[in-house]
Parts: sequence; structure tokens; C-alpha cells
Amino acid sequence: MSSIGTGYDLAASTFSPDGRIFQVEYAQKAVDNAGTMIAIRGKNGIVMVADKVISSKLYTDNANPRMFNVNDNVGVAVAGNYPDGFSLKNYAYGEAMKWLKDYREPMPVQNIANSVAEYIHIHTLGISRPFGAGAFFVAWNKQTGGRLFLVEPSGLNYEYKAWAVGKHRQAAKAEIEKLKIDELDVQQLVKEAARIIMAVRDENKDKNVQIEMGWVGEHTNGKYEEVPEEVVTAAEEWASAKLDEDDMED
Amino acid sequence: MRDEKRKAIPAIGFYPQEEISTGTTLIAMEYNGGVVVGTDSRTSAGSFITSRATNKITPITENMVVCRSGSAADTQAIADIAKYHIDVYTMTENKPVTIYRSSQIFRQFLYNYREQLSASVLVAGWDAELGGQVYAIPIGGFVSRQRSTASGSGSTFVQGFLDSQWRPDLTLDECKAIVKQAVGLATFRDGSSGGVVRLAVIDKTGSKFELFRPDKPGFPFVQTPTPHLSFPPHIEQVL
Repeated sequence: MSSIGTGYDLAASTFSPDGRIFQVEYAQKAVDNAGTMIAIRGKNGIVMVADKVISSKLYTDNANPRMFNVNDNVGVAVAGNYPDGFSLKNYAYGEAMKWLKDYREPMPVQNIANSVAEYIHIHTLGISRPFGAGAFFVAWNKQTGGRLFLVEPSGLNYEYKAWAVGKHRQAAKAEIEKLKIDELDVQQLVKEAARIIMAVRDENKDKNVQIEMGWVGEHTNGKYEEVPEEVVTAAEEWASAKLDEDDMED
Repeated sequence: MRDEKRKAIPAIGFYPQEEISTGTTLIAMEYNGGVVVGTDSRTSAGSFITSRATNKITPITENMVVCRSGSAADTQAIADIAKYHIDVYTMTENKPVTIYRSSQIFRQFLYNYREQLSASVLVAGWDAELGGQVYAIPIGGFVSRQRSTASGSGSTFVQGFLDSQWRPDLTLDECKAIVKQAVGLATFRDGSSGGVVRLAVIDKTGSKFELFRPDKPGFPFVQTPTPHLSFPPHIEQVL
């Protein structure tokens, strides 16, 4: 026992003497070390962007998506351990189906986020291991506007205007704060989000990376959708041009 | 005739047991700012009137009531259970449960236990999303939103009257007058409805309840054409 854990990190069922649960903190590391993922709420919609490492050229296109529909209106993006995230998405989907069956209306994003958070939290009580994944939940409608939630491996669940998780989250958040996100429409958000993801990449380490995007807003009539490939490509082109231009000024 | 009814032996104090039920008139109608519901007040067990002043309008929240018909015990139990669920959701979600979702909560019980229950309800209320709403849930658990509806044994007598009276954008006073009149007409013709008339108005400010007794002003009496005397022709036709 050489490092910080000193015996209190073997199971989530035990607190350390200073009140920490190391297993949960380690689970958070799985998210912190994952590919950067950002979500931004703009004037009339929300955009989520993930930076994915493609570990083999033999994978088919979009073999391991990180963004899914929970129902027609709500999108989820999972960061961290892939199977854990996939399982969370399945749980959220099941909850949304149950809600639809019980109340004959789509489950609102807040209820989905709360219910997943409760589920994740139960896994921090020492029954089994915690989830090594976090999840953004997004939705937009005319009455409430855009809503964006992040559920963390601890079960913590906050609503955000914009947020970033993963490897380069600090740099990404700093970039987001420079934008006047309340004034940006979805088309501009897509470009800016692509720019931020590309700007925070580590040119030496982040190789064979691919951008995945999802959006929901007025333009999709409140339906969560995967951003079409040509829009993503256009945003990437705009972003690299913009980044080159910024480099020239320096 | 039911078995146990045939076997009644009054001499030893055994009387046939009839379920206490609300052979009822329930009326509900949307107007431009909310909903008005109206009911009779009769509860009977067979031909015996167990209560002549029953309240069949049960408040669930500030902005929602349920009008009950069918077995009194079943509908009271369902109203209690649904209210509990709605109250818990209101607390945990920190905002009012919509009238639509409430109607679906009622549906869950009425549908899942449809074999055991003899209950049907009208869920009426106001919420910020859709304003005044009425959902009719007959036996079996089919939910439908209605602008104007009648339910219970008295409903057959006034369906046509309601169809002729309803129009878009009714004012509160117009709507109240129609609902009250409909309850009056139905209770006059329906033997299983009667007693007083209870009205409730639900709008964004909450619920208001009113009572109209036959011995006080405002009760909707019905005037029918005076009938011809029909003694045999060889007898003078005077009373």
C-alpha cells in the first residue's frame, strides 16, 4: 500500500477516515481521462460534441457511437468507460419507455436525468463497482427552452448552460466561457463547438480522432438528432480554417 | 336475479346485500378560463337511498377534482390512492403534476384492476400548459379528453341537451348555467340520481364549490307539459 488509498480504496462500501470514497473518485477518473466531450446551450437549441479516438482502422464508420436518443426528444451522450456508458443509456431508454407506457407522454429530460442519477448513486453504496461513465442529457422545447444535464459517476446531477468533460475539459470550458452562447444559434454553435474541440486537442497525442455531434432545437422541431455528416464536415472545415487564421495572427 | 337476493329471509333478519353505489349524474364542461363540473348527490344500495347529500366531487389538488361514479367504495379508494401518488410526484418533482398525467395515473388503476373494479371517473382541472381540461375515464380505463361530457346513469337523459348547448368560448356564467341545468334535467328523469346539485369551478385561481338545494333559491327545477287527464271516457275528466 504505497499510494493515497491506503486500504480504504478497495470497495465503494467504505469511507476513508477523512470522508472520501476512493472507488467513486477513481470512477470519476475514467471520465476525466476519456475523450473530450462538450455540450452547449445556445439561443434556440443545444449541441453536443465528442472527440473520439478511433483505435483501429478496421472498425466500420461510426462503429462505437457515444450519442443516442433516449426518446424522440431527449439525447444522451456518454463519456468514459464505453460499456458502462452504453448500459446507462439502456437504463435511461428503459425508464423513458416505462414513463411512456405509464403516462402516455414522453419522459421529460429532467426526470430522465434524475432517474439515471439515482441509479448511478445506488452503485456508489458498495453493492458493486460504480459506473465509470458520465452522461449528458439534452432536450429543447418551446415552453422550457434548452435544458442540459450532466450525471457524474458519483450520482451528482447538475443542470448547465454549457459544460465539458474528459481529457481537455478545462481548456474547453475556458473556450466556451469566451463565447456569448446565449446569442448563438444552433448553426453557429456547431461551428464553434467543432472549433473548441479541435483547438483543445493535443497535436502530439490525439491522433486518429473523429468528431461526433448531436443536436436538438427549434430547427429539429424539438427532436434530438445526430448531426448530419456533411454539417459536421463543414463545421470541421470552418474550424480548421478559423484555427489556421488565428495561428497566423499570433 | 342474483342468488343471494332470492335467498333473502326477512323473518330471520337476512336482507339481500346490494353494493352501495352512486347511480349518478356527472356533468363536466370546459369554458374559456377553466372547467365547470356538476353532480347530483344520491348514493343508493339497490332501491334504498343511503345518502341524499353525498359529495361526488372529490378534490385532488388545488386545481383538480375528480367526479366519481360506480361503486362508492371503489371510487373513494382510487381517488385516495391517485391523490397520494400525485402528491408524491408534486413533491419530488417540485412542480404541479399536469391534469393529463393525473388522468393517466387514474387510468393505471382503473385499467389494471378493471376486472375487480366498478368505477368510472371524470378528471377535471386547470393547468398552465393546457388550461381547463376534462378527461373522461369510463369502466375499463379508456381515457379521452372532452370539451363537454356527461357520465353516470343520468347522463343518457342530457347528452342531447349538452350537445345543443355547448359552443366554443363559453363564459363562466354561461357554462355554470348549462351544467346546472343539465344536472337538473338528468336528476328529474333518472331515478338513480337526485338530491342536491353540487357545482365546482376550477380555474387558475383554484377550485370553488357551490351547493344548490331544492328548498333554497337557484335549484334547477324542471317544468314538463301538463298531461291530459286519462280517466276512462265515461268518467268526467276533472280532478
